[in-house]
Amino acid sequence: MVFSGSGGQGVITAAIILAEAAVLYDGLNAVQSQSYGAEARGGATRSDIIISDTIIHYPKVIQPNVLVCLTQEAYNKFYSIIRPGGLLISDTRYVQTEKKVDAQQKEIAMYETVIAKIGKPIVFNICMLGTVIAITGLVNPESIMKALQHRIPADFLDMNRKALDMGIKLGETAKN
Amino acid sequence: MSGNIKFIQGNEACAEAAVYAGLDFYAGYPITPSTEITEFLASRLPQIGGKFLQMEDEIASLCAIIGASLTGCKVMTATSGPGFSLMQEALGYAIMAEIPCVIVNVQRGGPSTGLPTHGSQGDVNQARWGTHGDHAIIALTASNHQDIFALTVEAFNLAEIYRTPVILLLDEVVAHMRERLVIPQPGEMPLVERLKTTVNEGVDYHPYLPREDGRLPMSDFGGPHRYNVTGLFHDMWGFPSSEPRAVHGLLRHLVDKIENRVNQLARYKEYYIEDAKHLLVSYGSSARSARHIVEKRRSRGERIGLLELQTLWPFPHEMVREKCAAAQAVIVVEQNMGQILQVVKLAVDQPDKVFLANRIDGDFIMPSDILNILRLIQGKGV
Repeated sequence: MVFSGSGGQGVITAAIILAEAAVLYDGLNAVQSQSYGAEARGGATRSDIIISDTIIHYPKVIQPNVLVCLTQEAYNKFYSIIRPGGLLISDTRYVQTEKKVDAQQKEIAMYETVIAKIGKPIVFNICMLGTVIAITGLVNPESIMKALQHRIPADFLDMNRKALDMGIKLGETAKN
Repeated sequence: MSGNIKFIQGNEACAEAAVYAGLDFYAGYPITPSTEITEFLASRLPQIGGKFLQMEDEIASLCAIIGASLTGCKVMTATSGPGFSLMQEALGYAIMAEIPCVIVNVQRGGPSTGLPTHGSQGDVNQARWGTHGDHAIIALTASNHQDIFALTVEAFNLAEIYRTPVILLLDEVVAHMRERLVIPQPGEMPLVERLKTTVNEGVDYHPYLPREDGRLPMSDFGGPHRYNVTGLFHDMWGFPSSEPRAVHGLLRHLVDKIENRVNQLARYKEYYIEDAKHLLVSYGSSARSARHIVEKRRSRGERIGLLELQTLWPFPHEMVREKCAAAQAVIVVEQNMGQILQVVKLAVDQPDKVFLANRIDGDFIMPSDILNILRLIQGKGV
């Protein structure tokens, strides 16, 4: 899968947390990578994640089954790489979907929900993770929380749990 | 879950392995894409009683670890192409003076400052011949984090056994990607410790007189023996000598101690080689793309195999010739203009059956890049 957005939205952190949770707590294999350099500053940020129950050789994603776009620029740049029939999740606050693509398109109000209920955008990425795992069922939510526990200060855990739960609800609603 | 399972970058896997191998002293100058090694060790080494020094440049970094090695420490530095270029003078010194040390080069695109944030395997020949004069060198590489760990520990062991610098040629792709690493328990992997002289204080110690097995016991600088270390040709006391017999003997020793053990030093992995019509030869991150193709095509019944090299220098000519003998075509997969291709051509009986599948634009070599070459060889066009 590919997470994309703009620098500072935490898409890379979210990718690392998801992949780490899969490997350390769900016993799966995962590879995470990201683009470095000029293209990683401003513009569209991208992180690739492969999660599998077998060995992963080629470490990059060519056609993602799941593509998340958190900004218009990221959507414009990446929407065409989605695997036919895949899942394309975009955020309603920033992304106006323009073209019909051969994928299940889910436009979800993740940013606005986080702002309305938590008031700060810093856990936007964790809400997005909640949405992704709710729709795909790939990684256990408790595994995400465990991965968060050793990455962030204890005082922030509650806020992150709230954001994750919020995302899971949004995902479950969107799934049906 | 066990605490020894990590989900980390290849650079961190290398640094974890160095600590496991007994690293005491690290000096370095940060450079993309190797910086995480320096960063990790800057925080970890002081916690375990080691020393970390950030130097003013890469020449000083290698000189610092050479000095520390002579005092009995296990040492390492890490850099990328531009820094590795600066290190060549000191690398020759470490070869000549027979100083155990590990030098990591996380390759990026070159020449010059090139492509700082993109992968490449363009420093393979630099590792072999970057420093001047006849010499032998050990250079290892790996394609995944578990192997990076194992080969880093191996690099420290070989440096001690052969009293030589060992180069670890990683690349940006494996260095920056994250995947699972299981850190072995202490004692699970054998570690080679410094061979120290048993000669007592006041008795003549010959720092450059090999034992019967070829190994040279060392005496820590600052310890009981006083001796000379020089980049000039030297006698068994370490004092400069241009006496032809001394020069000839030393140069032959420096080359033979490594080249004569090429088979012992050969580390490689093989997948489906026995009946392979098409044999891919690859190493480092490129081997991941190659393996991807081999697994896909094997499941369709195609006779394709992979030889993954982990020891690049000394190049295991005989092993490569044997493994390639039965293949109709050998395709070397690498991210440069054919640096290992040339040595594979020298190794095999029919150089005309060796082809190159490469990528040199900074993007990671894709399975389709290899497939295109396979199609060409089969006369199918791209």
